[in-house]
Amino acid sequence: MPTIGNAQLKLLEKLCNACAVSGDEGEVRKIVLEELKGHAEDVRVDALGNVLVTRAGSGKKRLKVMLSAHMDEVGFMLVTDDGEGLFRFETVGGIDIRQLPGKAVLIGKDHLPGVIGARPIHLTTIEERKQKIPLDALRIDIGPGGGKVKPGDRATFATRFQRNGPVLIAKAFDNRLGVVTLLELVKNAPANIDLLAAFTVQEEIGMRGAKVAAYTFNPDLAIVVDATPANDLPGWDDEENDSFNTKLGLGPAIYIADGNTLSDPRLVRHLSETAQAEGIPVQFRQPGGGGTDAGAIHKARSGVPSVSVSVPHRYSHTAASIARLDDWKNTLTLLHAALRRLTPELLASERG
Amino acid sequence: MKKLIQKLTETFSPSGYETAICEVIRKEIKPLAGEIRVDALGNLIAHKVSKSKSGLKIMLAGHMDEIGLMATHIDENGFIRFTGLGGIRPAALTGGRVRFMDGTPGVINSDRLTDLTKTPTLEQCFIDVGASSRKDCPVKVGDVCAFERPFLDLGNRMIAKSMDDRIGCAVMIETLRNLKTSPHELFFVFTTQEEVGLRGATTSAFGVDPDLGLSVDVTGTGDTPKGSKMEVALGKGPAVKVKDGGMLADPRIVNWMIRTAEKAKIPYQREVLEGGTTDARAIQVARAGVPAGCLSVPTRYVHSPSEMVDTRDVQNSVKLLVALLSAPVDL
Repeated sequence: MPTIGNAQLKLLEKLCNACAVSGDEGEVRKIVLEELKGHAEDVRVDALGNVLVTRAGSGKKRLKVMLSAHMDEVGFMLVTDDGEGLFRFETVGGIDIRQLPGKAVLIGKDHLPGVIGARPIHLTTIEERKQKIPLDALRIDIGPGGGKVKPGDRATFATRFQRNGPVLIAKAFDNRLGVVTLLELVKNAPANIDLLAAFTVQEEIGMRGAKVAAYTFNPDLAIVVDATPANDLPGWDDEENDSFNTKLGLGPAIYIADGNTLSDPRLVRHLSETAQAEGIPVQFRQPGGGGTDAGAIHKARSGVPSVSVSVPHRYSHTAASIARLDDWKNTLTLLHAALRRLTPELLASERG
Repeated sequence: MKKLIQKLTETFSPSGYETAICEVIRKEIKPLAGEIRVDALGNLIAHKVSKSKSGLKIMLAGHMDEIGLMATHIDENGFIRFTGLGGIRPAALTGGRVRFMDGTPGVINSDRLTDLTKTPTLEQCFIDVGASSRKDCPVKVGDVCAFERPFLDLGNRMIAKSMDDRIGCAVMIETLRNLKTSPHELFFVFTTQEEVGLRGATTSAFGVDPDLGLSVDVTGTGDTPKGSKMEVALGKGPAVKVKDGGMLADPRIVNWMIRTAEKAKIPYQREVLEGGTTDARAIQVARAGVPAGCLSVPTRYVHSPSEMVDTRDVQNSVKLLVALLSAPVDL
């Protein structure tokens, strides 16, 4: 049975502090490959940079189960050198421009420090302070003589992982929480299935890694492990908050439908029944937009029954997110139990 | 055929939840097709093997799913907020009735509008199932429903919810029934999840790996007061798709369809649809590419709870499809 102790927390810290903007996942991939040593017979890196792991089970009539967690995070790419350590940049993945001024960032493989500069309040007018600052007007500033940085380099938020009792704070919980969870599942793979783990690239810019990973694996079913926003703060006007997506502390969020995938009803049922039987708290993510690697996986080849499970966290895709230790633990427990209880009969049953 | 259309359109099966309609269609085609199977995404695939060596492997696709709604939140007073499955038009919602998969009926209304000249947004709409609290509401988050509207037979015209694309399913079923012989190896695929992005056709086209693909779906018309500028009208025959928002039909297939219609003296219309697309788009780009086209049934008020087709267009669609499949194809 996988558990979460100090070793796993240390690993999550390492993963969250690593920088791996879409297309430049090398730093997280290195950690993943290191962690997998001795735990799986077949580990390879495919043409797009996905880490594909196979752990064969030992029972008869084993399902080929693909588990997928993306290694990449949202961030920035430097596009023009304006001189004197100032760089024009673009966003990579979904980032709200309003949240950028005044944030510290790390650039390139050497994690060179920089800031997305903001003009101090003394020097702005009341009118200016009412406006959103367009991306064109923002620069990443590493200071004159700040080191070797060039257009094409990626940058990400400089936030460092912190833990305060049950509270976890970091950048990139989306999706290092998924990566760390999948690593524990590979290390503790149940024998009744063939576990096909994909640590994917380029999810944040269109599920590109998952698309080719699913083609390679050609699995019987897929479960995607991701992290999803919790927008669960009370309404400022005391109205009932009816669009919270998920809530912190209520456990792993099971997907029924998002913008890209209608989950296979049999897999949703399997996860709910597992949670009930094992006494694990779960919640259903409010159906709506957004998406996970499942959007690409379920359409691979002749189709793959798919579902996603996410760890809820507040302030996703910003410089600092908050997650709850118990939600992570319960996600790992749920997924491990659900895998143990998988039988080929599930896919033979009515979709409902 | 009207009985069949009524049965198909009065079945509730929004995208992703096609089991009910799949069973209805399976019963209809069981005596008509050879092997019948359901694939990983729920597509119903009927296979008719050919003994001829000159034929092609042809895939026909008509989608079983219909647009629907999915509950996202039950508030403390038992009102249901929802999101759309497929292209939901808020203007067509208020006052309409829905039925959930367990049979629970409900009515759609909206927050009080301060400006009555505006239509409510999807976020402002809710479903009322007669509950008075979250506790006594029989609907849970993630439950799905579809429009409830009885089938209406107006003689030369028919009205129903989900003509899109149960009318295509009906045309395919009747074609199976009327097709005496074919030189081709035929796959009648009743697809899933078309309304949310051609997902069932994407995977079934990979699985079938056809030489030629045709979707059978509805298309809009330009024959209503101050309607869109579109040539297609009810009663002028099945539409041969030249182009839509997502696909350029293979010109050889367009010509083949037109030649066949003219030879069999079946009225037809050429269709250029500016928005929207069909399963044929997914078939066309499957694997290494497939010549694809679409036979459209002209339909008014698409994606409303009352979609209207012309009975003769439907009958002529069957005739055209039978004629297309009965003879060898030389593209």
